Amino acid sequence: MPYTPYFVLSAILFAIGLTGLFIRRNLLLMLLAIELLLNSANLSFIAASARWGELTGQVFAFFGMTIAAAEVTVGLALAILLFRNVDSVDTKHIEMLKG
Amino acid sequence: MQAFIFYPFATLAVLGALGVISLRKPTRALLSLILTMFSLAVLFLLLQAPFVAMVHLVVYAGAVLVLFLFVIMLLGIGARETRVGENFKKGYLAVSFFVPVAFSALLISLALTSGGGTLQPAEGSPDAFGRLLFTRYLLPFELVSFLLLIGVFATVALASAKPPEKS
Amino acid sequence: MIPLAWLILWTPFFSAVGIFFFLLHRPQAAGWIATAAMAFSFFFSLLLLFRAGIPREAVESSVQWVALPALKIEFGILLNGLTLLMLLIVTGVGSLIFLYSQGYMHRDPGYSRYFASLSLFAFSMLGIVLANNLVELFAFWELVGLSSYLLIGHWFEKPEAADAGKKAFLTTRVGDVGFLLGILLLFGWLQAGGEGTFNFLVIQDLVKGIHQAGNGGAVSLLTAAGILIFLGVAGKSAQFPLHVWLPDAMEGPTPVSALIHAATMVAAGVFLLARLFFLFSASPFVLGLIATIGVLTAFFAATLALVQTDIKRILAYSTISQLGFMVAGLGLGNPQAGMFHLATHAFFKALLFLGAGSVIHTLHTQDIRQMSGLLKKMPVTGGTFFVGTLALVGIFPLSGFWSKEEILATAQQTSPIAFLLLLATAFLTAVYMGRLFAIVFLGEAPKKAVHDPGWEMNSPLVILALFSILAGFLPLKEFVPIEHEGSGPFWVTLLGLAVGTVGFVLSLYLYLLNPALVDSLSENLKGPRRILERKYYVDDFYNALIRHVQDGFAHLCDLFERVVVVEWGVNGTARLVRFTGHLLRQLQTGRIQFYALIVSLGVTLLTYGWVLWNR
Repeated sequence: MPYTPYFVLSAILFAIGLTGLFIRRNLLLMLLAIELLLNSANLSFIAASARWGELTGQVFAFFGMTIAAAEVTVGLALAILLFRNVDSVDTKHIEMLKG
Repeated sequence: MQAFIFYPFATLAVLGALGVISLRKPTRALLSLILTMFSLAVLFLLLQAPFVAMVHLVVYAGAVLVLFLFVIMLLGIGARETRVGENFKKGYLAVSFFVPVAFSALLISLALTSGGGTLQPAEGSPDAFGRLLFTRYLLPFELVSFLLLIGVFATVALASAKPPEKS
Repeated sequence: MIPLAWLILWTPFFSAVGIFFFLLHRPQAAGWIATAAMAFSFFFSLLLLFRAGIPREAVESSVQWVALPALKIEFGILLNGLTLLMLLIVTGVGSLIFLYSQGYMHRDPGYSRYFASLSLFAFSMLGIVLANNLVELFAFWELVGLSSYLLIGHWFEKPEAADAGKKAFLTTRVGDVGFLLGILLLFGWLQAGGEGTFNFLVIQDLVKGIHQAGNGGAVSLLTAAGILIFLGVAGKSAQFPLHVWLPDAMEGPTPVSALIHAATMVAAGVFLLARLFFLFSASPFVLGLIATIGVLTAFFAATLALVQTDIKRILAYSTISQLGFMVAGLGLGNPQAGMFHLATHAFFKALLFLGAGSVIHTLHTQDIRQMSGLLKKMPVTGGTFFVGTLALVGIFPLSGFWSKEEILATAQQTSPIAFLLLLATAFLTAVYMGRLFAIVFLGEAPKKAVHDPGWEMNSPLVILALFSILAGFLPLKEFVPIEHEGSGPFWVTLLGLAVGTVGFVLSLYLYLLNPALVDSLSENLKGPRRILERKYYVDDFYNALIRHVQDGFAHLCDLFERVVVVEWGVNGTARLVRFTGHLLRQLQTGRIQFYALIVSLGVTLLTYGWVLWNR
């Protein structure tokens, strides 16, 4: 089986995740899109590991997952905090950085 | 033979991803992501990475996304979503389609032009994986666990922050 | 001897400084100090004369002022016969005019300022005369121009006076540019042992060397330098076409007109011609040019004097004409004649101006149509004025006769055209002076009460009259160390005398006994009369030139400044900044998704760039 399709798939998933990050209005769904990005990267790592015959890629995919988990945790905590302050997770209401 | 498994599940993964970015209800989007996760797990198995595949399922689908679900349900009404693309300027939407497409087009072309070859997967058994993890990558392992610890601290600190005085 | 010379130079300077700093509110003291300073300088000049006689050899002394490797400028004194002659004239006539001024400017609010400026002028003029090098002379030359400006514009509240001062300064400035270029040309090109020089004696030796070697290219450079320096002469001595400032300069007080614009400053140009005669005579072309301009100026100014109605302007044009005579004398190769005429002219022209001053002082007008028959009531003034007139016309045996005759003789020997024109000029001189004398001093008795002024104003008139009579017998020519062969044939002398006499008598007849003829003549000749009254349209030409060229250029500059500098430069920059800010502000939306998009866009572009770079 050629290894190229795996990488193509990874690129496609990445594109979709990035688009989702820009398009979604809900903060939580933005975080989901970020998960998609991380997954596509993991796929790429595993595929590379299989291409070269090294286990290193899998190890880094493993690390990636761990970091993703930590990041999600903190991100969700932030989302809750934000919700407590402005009563919404709609990005329309999060423009405090303006100006 | 591998291709037989690859293409269907790859398609499923893409469909799930598309669902994540287009479904209106957050819970539905989340379930769509779980679909993608499972498909990817299958692909990992295909790539001789059983340990990683299982961990992927357990950690991601099992823990992370469940946490997500909890938070979505906690926020309740605040987790609604309007129709995709509403309230955005047209130009913004155009660029936000264009940039990802352009980037991945580059990646794809890089992939396609670097010559085709066959996979030579390494053995991804827990045994081999663990050996590698605890010898060569011991330091990153420890650091990552430290990172998790910090994440826990951060979350606790954030969550226990007092809400502002509502006037 | 040299210390005496320094004393002569610096006494008026200290008088000027002292008056300016201490005596501005003590007018009486200022006047006497200034006059005393001048008198001292005259006394020292006389001492020089008695000690050294008429110098055969030049005496020089100087101090180094600038001593750079490529540039050496000295400040020094060159004493020869020419210097001594000028010293005596300037300090002598100067002292008399200073004394006269005390009477004339009595009760003028700017009395002290006047004497300070006058002393400054004296210092500057003596500096020109005593200088031993071109840079020093040029510096004093400019100072004299400044003093002239200050004095012409003494009554600066009068706009005509202020304008006249400006006009004088600017016009002579035009000439001075040429002068400076000539100096630099000589410095850069005439090398004495690898170094340029400004020193008169050194330049004289170098020029003599070139003359003897007969180097053609060198001679053309000398020609160029000569022409350029002559430009300065033309400016200062009011030769065509830089003569326009002198008639306007009559706005200044009359003693100023007498001293500066008759006897001394305008003569500085002639003096410079004599000082540098070796340079001009090295190029026949330059001499010819000088002679031509001199003769033309003499004739053309004399025609203009015929139609003037202001007593001072008649005398001003007369001065221009006589300066032309002097310049012509030098251009025709006879510096002795030119300087001789300079000396005699100083006496009788100063006399004439001071006399006019007395008339103006009494009648409070300068218009000759309002004057008549003043001889009876102002005998001293009228009598001395008559003496001055006869001297100017060239009647035997007054001084003017001798000096004018010399120049006519030189002209006859060298150029028939020059001779004819100068003869005609002498005729016209007689006519306009006769006209002046007849109208002002002869005729019906005046209606107002007029009288001679006090001793301060009368005594200079008498002394100058005496010199106007006797100066012809003084050995003035001996002061100029450049010889000229022989005098002219006797018939030239007779012809000159005849022309003057006939002209004078004719005009007396016309204006005194037959004014009707004059009126009908001026009616019939209205066209030429118009041209003369408009001064051959020279001033109009200059004004048009300024209006179109300079003002046009000024408008261009203004336009440039308003559009390019202000509108585009200053306001444009502000607009650009504001516009850029407006554009960039669009990026600050505050929405993180937007920021994420921009970041991704950047990363995409960079990645593309990197990939393509490494392909």
